[in-house]
Amino acid sequence: MPKMVVEARIVRNTEIGVNVKELVLYAPEIAAQAVPGQFLHVRVSDSYHPLLRRPLSISDADRQAGTISTIYRVVGQGTACLAALTSEDSVNCMGPLGNGFALQSQRPLLVGGGMGLAPLLFLAGALCPHPIEILMGGRTREEMFWADMFHGKCDAIHITTDDGTLGSCGVTLDVLPEVLKNGAFDLIYTCGPRIMMEGVAKVAKKHNIPCQVSLEDYMACGIGGCLSCTCAGKNGTRKKVCSDGPVFWAQEVMA
Amino acid sequence: MSNEENTMLGITIAGIKMKTPVMTASGTFGFGLEYKDFVDLNKIGAVVVKGTTLLPRHGNQGRRIAETPAGMLNSIGLENPGVNEFLSGILPHLNAYDVPIIVNISGNTVEEYGELAALLNASGVDGLELNISCPNVKEGGIAFGTNCDSASAVVRQVKKNTDLPVIVKLSPNVTDIVAMAQSVEDAGADAISLINTLLGMSIDIHKWRPVLGNVVGGLSGPAVKPIAVRMVWQVAQSVKVPVIGMGGIVTAEDAVEFMLAGATAVAVGTANFINPCAAQTVAEGIESYIRQRGLSHVRELVGKVNI
Repeated sequence: MPKMVVEARIVRNTEIGVNVKELVLYAPEIAAQAVPGQFLHVRVSDSYHPLLRRPLSISDADRQAGTISTIYRVVGQGTACLAALTSEDSVNCMGPLGNGFALQSQRPLLVGGGMGLAPLLFLAGALCPHPIEILMGGRTREEMFWADMFHGKCDAIHITTDDGTLGSCGVTLDVLPEVLKNGAFDLIYTCGPRIMMEGVAKVAKKHNIPCQVSLEDYMACGIGGCLSCTCAGKNGTRKKVCSDGPVFWAQEVMA
Repeated sequence: MSNEENTMLGITIAGIKMKTPVMTASGTFGFGLEYKDFVDLNKIGAVVVKGTTLLPRHGNQGRRIAETPAGMLNSIGLENPGVNEFLSGILPHLNAYDVPIIVNISGNTVEEYGELAALLNASGVDGLELNISCPNVKEGGIAFGTNCDSASAVVRQVKKNTDLPVIVKLSPNVTDIVAMAQSVEDAGADAISLINTLLGMSIDIHKWRPVLGNVVGGLSGPAVKPIAVRMVWQVAQSVKVPVIGMGGIVTAEDAVEFMLAGATAVAVGTANFINPCAAQTVAEGIESYIRQRGLSHVRELVGKVNI
């Protein structure tokens, strides 16, 4: 699938949660190609500081409108630059990069934590009209604006928060066994903190359900050239998160 | 690939004919194929591939890059699939392109450099670049590049084992760059490339720990450019072999600076991460510059800085 670099006009860059923004870009060539699980590699400034692009998961692609979306948390210098941009601006954008999720599931379970929910949003849209369940976790109620975004895309939404202000008190892994007991899932998709994904992969393996994980790492080029983001695959192989992933079958990259 | 010298940008360096004087710096362009969706590989001066070793290497543990003001630190640790996989699995695909392929090689011992040179000698590649300046591996690499005698020993061993043009890539982490350049020239180097990355460090003030898993790493990007230009200028005056300049080149103007300092060719490195077609856009920019200055060939820039 062709990858490209385009100058993308910003359609909107709006706050959707505390320190979380949704960026919508007009990039019809990328929107036409993008599949759930892929990412954009965006220059957030024309200056040399910050120098490197920022990898951002695609949270939606609207082929009719020619737009692609991403959701990001403002955490450092790069995302602060991005947050300052308006619909007057454009950004240089590479995409769609990496490989997406396998879409053959007819009874999928999505498990996401924090910003890992962004690619799952795009995935949920693509898996319709199959019945989709999602288990999502966050620290506190105000982080769970995600629930509204998945509403209408999923048949069941299970929520956990660390402080118990919304849904079950605890983390997704506490609730996962019960969710699995009540549904005959044929594939689990997970994206979020590494420790959560490792836990989900372990449980999936125990239940004999195939599992896909979406990894992230620090990367420079985003296309397999710099080897910043390689990780250990099975049988001593090496995997590049950017170009072999970011989506992997769990057994490819996790014990 | 004829008539290189008839174009404004065509050059020959150590016998390697290039359509433009803009190469890709080792370690920043993978094996070239990773970039094929973004840049026409046929329009690059030469592709210098990722540092290759006798056996596959997994590289360093932990975080491998850190962004710094106008630059970045890396400590990849020479991850590569090994020379055999390069020869059987990668080179055949590269040969589909009309572009010189230069293999950057790195060894743990003088003998390993010789072995690598012998294995690559008749493989169809166009040249070798000796990495005696990698700051990120404990054995080899920089250990050879900071001592004139061991650097010379590596070059002599390689020259004994190959007929290919041999480019020696120098480390800036030395007290006397000119002495290093003269040593490798005396040992038989056909060209000298510089600079490799500068040893640097970055600390996370929240965790009180180094940002990189390897603690220290190599600094590259626009931040290092003035140091690189200075070293190219010093070396170009002191050796007869051609010099390939690199270190922070992002634009054609950066490249012209290196050429005025004495570089016959240049390489773009970190810029490939920001603009995947940097090698092509820099070359096009150099051509525009030459036209604007009323010159007829890029060689008219080399070493022309007025002191």
